[in-house]
Amino acid sequence: MLPATAKLNRRQFLKLSSGSTAALILGFNWSLASCSESQESRSTFIPNAYLRIDHNGAVTIVMPRSEMGQKIFTSLPMILAEELEADWKKIRVVQGDLDQKFGSQTTGGSASVRTQYDIMRKAGATARTMLIQAAAEKWNVAETRCFAAAGAVHIKAGHQSLKYGSLVALAAALPVPHDVTLKDPADFRIIGKTHNSIDGLSKIDGSLKYGYDFHLPGMLTAVIARIPRYGASLKQVDDSASLLVPGVVEVVPVSAGVAVIAQNTSAALEGRKKLKLTWNKGQHETLSSQAIFKELHDALRQPGEIIRKDGDPSQARKAAARKLDLTFELPFLDHAPQEPNNCVAHIHEDICEVWAPTQNPGSAFRAASGVTGFKDTQIKIHTLRMGGAFGRRLQSDYVKDAVEVAQHIDVPVKVVRTRSEDIKNGFYRPATVHQVSVRLDASDKPLLWEHHLSGPANGWAPIITGGADELAYAIPHQQVSYVMTELPIPMGAWRSVAHTQNGFVNESMIDEIACSTGRDPLTFRRELLKNEPRHLGVLDLAADRSGWGSKLPEGQARGIAVHYSFQSYVAVVAEISLSTRGKLKVERITAAIDCGTVINPDGVHAQLEGGVIMGLTAALYGEITHKNGRVQQSNFHNYPLLTMAEMPVISTYIVKSTEPPTGAGEPPVPPTPPALMNAIAALTGKRITRLPLKNQLS
Amino acid sequence: MIDLTFTLNNHRETVNIDPETPLLWVLRDHFGLTGTKYSCGMGICGNCSVHINGKPQRSCTIPIKHVAGKEVLTIEGLGAKGLHPVQKVWDAEAVSQCGYCQPGQIMNAVALLKTNPRPSDADIDEAMNGVLCRCGTYQRIRKAIHTVAEEV
Repeated sequence: MLPATAKLNRRQFLKLSSGSTAALILGFNWSLASCSESQESRSTFIPNAYLRIDHNGAVTIVMPRSEMGQKIFTSLPMILAEELEADWKKIRVVQGDLDQKFGSQTTGGSASVRTQYDIMRKAGATARTMLIQAAAEKWNVAETRCFAAAGAVHIKAGHQSLKYGSLVALAAALPVPHDVTLKDPADFRIIGKTHNSIDGLSKIDGSLKYGYDFHLPGMLTAVIARIPRYGASLKQVDDSASLLVPGVVEVVPVSAGVAVIAQNTSAALEGRKKLKLTWNKGQHETLSSQAIFKELHDALRQPGEIIRKDGDPSQARKAAARKLDLTFELPFLDHAPQEPNNCVAHIHEDICEVWAPTQNPGSAFRAASGVTGFKDTQIKIHTLRMGGAFGRRLQSDYVKDAVEVAQHIDVPVKVVRTRSEDIKNGFYRPATVHQVSVRLDASDKPLLWEHHLSGPANGWAPIITGGADELAYAIPHQQVSYVMTELPIPMGAWRSVAHTQNGFVNESMIDEIACSTGRDPLTFRRELLKNEPRHLGVLDLAADRSGWGSKLPEGQARGIAVHYSFQSYVAVVAEISLSTRGKLKVERITAAIDCGTVINPDGVHAQLEGGVIMGLTAALYGEITHKNGRVQQSNFHNYPLLTMAEMPVISTYIVKSTEPPTGAGEPPVPPTPPALMNAIAALTGKRITRLPLKNQLS
Repeated sequence: MIDLTFTLNNHRETVNIDPETPLLWVLRDHFGLTGTKYSCGMGICGNCSVHINGKPQRSCTIPIKHVAGKEVLTIEGLGAKGLHPVQKVWDAEAVSQCGYCQPGQIMNAVALLKTNPRPSDADIDEAMNGVLCRCGTYQRIRKAIHTVAEEV
């Protein structure tokens, strides 16, 4: 829903008539709702626009959010085109730069469709209403006699029609209506039907330009020799050999280390190799995974902050007949998108211009502003396409790098990272330790759920607590608490954030209760979720399609998990086999989602497939470790991704729903690792409480 | 710096370059062919795959001197005369998510289908296993390869 202040009570119409080119730009300015009429044509507020229709009928939709593989460049335009009654073939999509008139432009929290749904609908409906009015005036008939369809206005029971392009000038002269009628969802012809990606071809013919591919005339390329461990600092630089490398232009100090600026990437890399650097070791030289986990275990001795308290835990503790305790340990994770971080910056005539593959242009702006001290109007942030992000590109450390380097030269510079730099300089999903204690009554019914967790959240609790306080199971007494620690390691949001940890913990523990009391994990969950229809919906769908309960061959088993995150519900059934030599194979994954109204069904299926694989990769291999104050992993050989040969067959299902649309990008991740580990428990009796699995079965 | 001549997407090209420069950077920085992607720089992930004399190779670890006199085909050359059948199926099956690895996936799939027009799942596993996709599009890649095999 739109916030109250975002009501469509003020819209701007911008006539961009220059010569014969008439265009209608329709924009909404939620945050600047009181701006005056004088800001109309040719004003500086022109960028406040989502939609532009050209005289030739081309419809351009400006995207306020970032495309990183989640296909919002198709789903968001589908919503607008639905209400506009546009001809889908005439839709063009362009990335909107950072502009306060769009409101938040952060792409994260699986929120793009959820938060932009009403905005896109109203944007389209308003334009449709005005185009109908324009046609009615032209024909001198009542508006009620006209209707819009397929990019044109038509007369009911008549043969006349006017294409949108021919109505642009007329529509642009009309006042913008305050209220418009949205379509009845029953009449949707675009929303809910699979549309292939609007930019799909550019991804398979090599023409799509990602950040790494972005080029400006005269641009130089730089790489940074980075401070090798947390807390270290630069002692001495000898760049004499580096400067002799053909193509190397300059070597400059930056806060992340020493940057080698060159005419091309290979020269920059070669120049970096030739640097002779010495470092001050700093105060975190002994930082190691062992020490980190010891600190996290020790932290659990503190009572911490309580974030959920239901019933009377101390009373329930006394009344309980039986007790189950498990401790879980989860590692740091890196995002490792296929495209390593990079950014182009150019400081010219007191303007700092940044081209960044970013999920968070607002943060890119703050990074540029922090480096240069420039005012708002002196900084321009252009969002580029990105090869995956998964939360990593919410951070702007790589923007800071580029702007700092750009301060040393007067041409545009692209600062790129190698894979190793990217993995070693991440903003990691924090490691966490969880103590879960469950008390059962005399009939083995769960009476009390206590979850106490610790993690190095560095002041931002949601990256360790998310999902911990939202256990949906009907357990009358509950207490959830956390202790936050600090580390010199940067932490960030990793696809589904703390739901990855807490979803695993919750669903493993619930499974353990079922198993240890001899109950079917599905039946047990269903009983405790009987008042949670949407949990039940996905659980039943996944269970049914997976053949839950049917007999499997010897050496095979299924595990199930369900989790609610980012306002969506996902259930996963994992089917595994174990060879006599202890080799695990994930045979089949069945996943079901309820994300309300579905815009582009195939896009949701793709997110389910991808989320499941990201979850499996984390469960099987994902682990960033530290030794001597530095990250030990450096590339895909020691931070492996799931490969083709390891792929299970994945079947994905969507619960039919008329609820408002919610996200699909993150919710499939959390239930996947517990479904897999629950299958292992079913098959072997071994409860995996420490991720990744690695060789725990051999 | 030396002059090196090779065939790039059916055109004869000569570059004056450090012979140790990886082919990847020659393609991207000298010829502006950015469809071939950098991702791992160690020949692990296959995102930088091109064809050299018809065989899929990792351009990030091959010095340009080893390409002298040879034929290099990149994703841009593959579809130069209209989309290759593999690209068409890739589009129809909506394989891509972020799309970054897909040029590398496609170059490997094209090479596989050229030598093995009806690959089994095991053949696909073997040929495609080293091409990494963080978005997790493998299932659709497998399906697309089977679809091409059935159609062509």
